[in-house]
Amino acid sequence: MIEIQSVSHRIGQAQILTDVSLRLERGGVIALAGPNGAGKSTLLSLIARLQPLQQGQIRVDDMQLGQCDDRALARKLAILPQQVNASSRLTVRDLVGFGRYPHHRGRPTAGDRARVEAALAQFDLGPLADRQLETLSGGQRQRAFVAMSYVQDTDFLLLDEPLNNLDLAAARSLMAQLRQLADDQGRTVVIVLHDINYATAYADRIVVLKGGRVVADGAPAETVTAAMLEQVFGTAAPVHSVGGRPVVLV
Amino acid sequence: MARATLIALLALLALVCASLLAGVAGLDARALLTSGEGWELIRDSRLPRTLAALLTGAALAVAGQIMQLIAQNRFVEPMTAGTGQSAVLGILLTSVLLPGAALPVKMALAALTALAGSLGFFAITRRLPPTQPLLVPLVGLVYGGVIGAATAYAAFQADMLQYLEIWLGGEFSGTMRGRYELLWLAGLAALASYLVADQLSILGLGEAVSLNLGLNYRQVVLAGLVVIALVSGLTVVTVGMIPFVGLVVPNLVSRVAGDNLRRSLPVTALAGAALVLAADLAGRLLIHPFEIPAATVIGILGAAVFLWMLYGRGSHAA
Repeated sequence: MIEIQSVSHRIGQAQILTDVSLRLERGGVIALAGPNGAGKSTLLSLIARLQPLQQGQIRVDDMQLGQCDDRALARKLAILPQQVNASSRLTVRDLVGFGRYPHHRGRPTAGDRARVEAALAQFDLGPLADRQLETLSGGQRQRAFVAMSYVQDTDFLLLDEPLNNLDLAAARSLMAQLRQLADDQGRTVVIVLHDINYATAYADRIVVLKGGRVVADGAPAETVTAAMLEQVFGTAAPVHSVGGRPVVLV
Repeated sequence: MARATLIALLALLALVCASLLAGVAGLDARALLTSGEGWELIRDSRLPRTLAALLTGAALAVAGQIMQLIAQNRFVEPMTAGTGQSAVLGILLTSVLLPGAALPVKMALAALTALAGSLGFFAITRRLPPTQPLLVPLVGLVYGGVIGAATAYAAFQADMLQYLEIWLGGEFSGTMRGRYELLWLAGLAALASYLVADQLSILGLGEAVSLNLGLNYRQVVLAGLVVIALVSGLTVVTVGMIPFVGLVVPNLVSRVAGDNLRRSLPVTALAGAALVLAADLAGRLLIHPFEIPAATVIGILGAAVFLWMLYGRGSHAA
């Protein structure tokens, strides 16, 4: 479980997060949604200790952020940041292999290698395994980075807008794979999504942020309503129910 | 890959043989077998000079590679981003303030100022927008230029301008037994960086990915900066500044051997060693019996390759 207790954060003069408290239970897909600048990415990067906490506390299971061992945390929680170095000449296999680094610290065992090969197969990266990252398309590269976070073998997987630059097929297949990780392996996926419809289709729970505060939180059918869209995004988009899921007409 | 390495090793061996035989004093392979004088020449002058060029080249290339990973930018290297200039400033200040200091003391102080210089460089370039990768080397050039100007002024005030040229223009003609051995330390520092090859490769993926993998980002960066500072300080003290090696070699090697340092770092070191030795050899032969400094030869060569990298096919900025 990830427990966020009254976290506030400023960058310069700007107040990014104000008194955010959340409990993210184990298992399932949790989507963070909200307009640009709502603080979604900041919240995610604070959970993943990419930035130091300024105010409040975050616990990941029994580990207190800022006081726990970085390596131990890297075996419990993985984050795929929004901006990753795209011009690297690492091969896909090497990149995915670095996902095992928190486990082997530079000395991969046969078991580590086997896991890497399995991840390459699972994310359809087999034919690309020896290609360098800079020669891949945006979608292929994204898949390679997701595979790297996957082999890190953590209970919690945090992804910051992984659907950027992905076409419809790639986005759907990535979401389906994340769904499967949650359902079959009991992993907890926390994902920042821009497109509310992906959140309603794949997430169990949607946390909506606006102006650095949590303004809605719950199952998709409860949170995604025309009233919420009006209040949070300031746009009057009709919401229809299709197959039990709310769908925003754009 | 294995064949390419073999060819490179053979080429390096040929260069070493040529370097041992080339020079103003005549020496042919047959004389070596018959007279002791030939051996003395090799032991006291030719071998030290050859080793100095190899060590300098390998260490500078590795230092350049590390700097590029820390900066996340393929266009920086210590000698064109203020580190080398800071080392020169350190030596100058030591010579003025502690004229009687032993060479290791000078070297230590040069490495310290080099470290301060690179910290300053990274403090400035951290604030640059990541969307403008070419700003980083440009700021580095200006930054190095400012430190160089301050050094020149200090040297002028202390009446030491003529020494400045020795430190600024790297060359090997004065290398003798007993006067180059500090370079082994630079080679050792470069070798030590291979122990953290994985950590350095991860560094190249950025701070966020490094932190995510549980890497102690600050510690690895600091270790890298110490290697860069040691290499810069030691090479500037012993042979003087040699630009472009740290820039050109890692870039060319990365094109062939990729960015996984566990595989590419040995190639980078070998190629750097070969480049500097070849440049020194060319400098010795082109206007024989006079010499062109290795730094000049590499400066001309490196500038051409740099331009090709910038404008040539498949150039990637960051």
